[in-house]
Amino acid sequence: MNELIRLRGIHKFYGDFHALKGINLTIRKGEFFSLLGPSGCGKTTLLRTIAGFEDPTEGTLSIDGRDMRRVPANERPTNMVFQSYAIFPHLSVAENVGFGLRKDPRSKDEKTRAVGRALEMVGLAGYGTRRATALSGGQRQRVALARALILEPKVLLLDEPLSALDKKMREQMQVELIRLQRHVGITFILVTHDQEEALVMSDRIAVMFEGEIGQLADPETLYRRPVSKKVASFIGMMNFLDGRVTAEGPSIAVEVAGLGRCEVPAEQAPGGISAGAITVGIRPETLAILYEGETTDRRVVDGVVDEVVYYGDMTYYDVRVDGVEKPLTISMKNLIGRPVLDVGAATRVVWDARSLVLLAG
Amino acid sequence: MATRGGLGQEARRSIALLAAPFSYAILLLAMPLGAVVLFSFWTQDFLDIDTTFTLANYEEALSQPIYRMLLGRSLWIAGAVTLVTVVLAFPIAYFVSFYVAPSRKSLWLFLITIPFWTSYLIRVFLWKVILGFNGVLNTSLQGLGFIDEPLTFILYNANAVVITLAHAFAPFAILPIFVALERIDRSLLEASQDLGENKVTTFLRVTLPLAMPGVVAATLIVFIPTIGDYVTPRLVGGPDGLMIANMIQTQFLRLNNAPLGATLAILAMLSVTVIALLFIWLNRKWLRTR
Repeated sequence: MNELIRLRGIHKFYGDFHALKGINLTIRKGEFFSLLGPSGCGKTTLLRTIAGFEDPTEGTLSIDGRDMRRVPANERPTNMVFQSYAIFPHLSVAENVGFGLRKDPRSKDEKTRAVGRALEMVGLAGYGTRRATALSGGQRQRVALARALILEPKVLLLDEPLSALDKKMREQMQVELIRLQRHVGITFILVTHDQEEALVMSDRIAVMFEGEIGQLADPETLYRRPVSKKVASFIGMMNFLDGRVTAEGPSIAVEVAGLGRCEVPAEQAPGGISAGAITVGIRPETLAILYEGETTDRRVVDGVVDEVVYYGDMTYYDVRVDGVEKPLTISMKNLIGRPVLDVGAATRVVWDARSLVLLAG
Repeated sequence: MATRGGLGQEARRSIALLAAPFSYAILLLAMPLGAVVLFSFWTQDFLDIDTTFTLANYEEALSQPIYRMLLGRSLWIAGAVTLVTVVLAFPIAYFVSFYVAPSRKSLWLFLITIPFWTSYLIRVFLWKVILGFNGVLNTSLQGLGFIDEPLTFILYNANAVVITLAHAFAPFAILPIFVALERIDRSLLEASQDLGENKVTTFLRVTLPLAMPGVVAATLIVFIPTIGDYVTPRLVGGPDGLMIANMIQTQFLRLNNAPLGATLAILAMLSVTVIALLFIWLNRKWLRTR
């Protein structure tokens, strides 16, 4: 594998606070990698360690085979897009983008052309002479991107770059960032607390909790087969039911509270389990409500609608099922012929053992 | 809702609110200033004031070398004071802003203002004690064997005026520069390093340009009052350290020539205005790009 960044046993202490607890991580060339986690989990500290703004208390970091110990930020092959964008307010857009070209041996004309190309790449052609402070949030974001990418770094570090934008703009920038990353082929490392953003954009995601990596996987694996309850509840929505493992093997026999006995494929227990009490996770979209007149060959359980949340394209139902502690959340597409049910309606819920995730504890 | 019959209620209330400060401004600012302008076009006729309008005072003030020399010296001394003050204030402001823990910054600013607890006059006299022929500085240096003869270039000349005024105005220069430095987003400095600049080039390309409004403010705050100062030159300046304000005072009080004094005051004021406008224009130029 083309490894670009290698972190081994990275620890970081701030006084007594243990911010990073032995991070081991390998990031590949050309991949879009995300560090995802709640605030305070150490993801930004890890990013700043790679950038050279924080020195790890312990451990080694190498970029492209070169040990980064005592290499200051200004000499690292990394560039960063800051959360605040950090656009220089005393400079024009073009001067901002060309800031890092001072030591570049190219002629002034060539540099000007390079700045023009960088602005064009981020969709800001013709904005060069504007004052940087006269730009909108999304435009500043693009200037910050152009300013970093013009230096053709080996790694582009993005510290929650989209968190200050409104929803529409954020979704648009997500797509543009993916396209840009494919176009330039540079390794992107994104820090975000937004699981959806991470799922949409990344090739691989490291989920972090309290200074440790909870799971490192591609988005689909992370979503379908989370290794722990913590990861499962951080990524998307999940119903948790009590369960008990009765037999292990290529398929695991589980007794699920309210749903009954079933056989689950062994790969649905990615975190590893042992016989005895476990937690069973079910995603809302893998459950379905069986409407009047519909039939299924899958398993069905009776329930009563407890809560209805209408989203337009989707409706979320909380359905109470005997033997299950919390109502099951079910998401249903609002297709034609599927009326929105009322609270209190008796209903049947379809489920499938293949979509269960078995989690320890 | 249109207002009927002249002023609406809001307009009347605004006028009522403005009346007090406005008359205060007229009485205490515009009238004295008007009087000075008026006097500058009159002439002193022994004991009376000749109220015929004339430019004679201006001719005299501009043709006599003594006045030009005093005005020139005032500008020179004020410029030197400003330069020394701002150059010394910048590192202090920088230190407090960048190296003092946030919880301690107010304490540091408080300590910087301590010299203000004593009267300006007392501070000037203290400098006399420090810089004098048998003063603290000379005695110490002699005692330590650094010099044999007391230094004489430090008191009763322009140097003494510069030292004393620079000390007196230091906090006025430190505070605006400190404020400008505080307003700099620290991520800008990290961005500069990230883009390949080291600490020194980051300072020159980011910190200093962004601190310029504070530096310009400090320059004006120090320069404008210094040029009209007459206490310090009188007490520590000696004959070579006298400034235009001392001559204005002499004209008004000793020589009983209020019109000429008024003319000199107007000329001094005009010079300050020109220089202040120049700095404001410079500041605009710096600010234009932000």
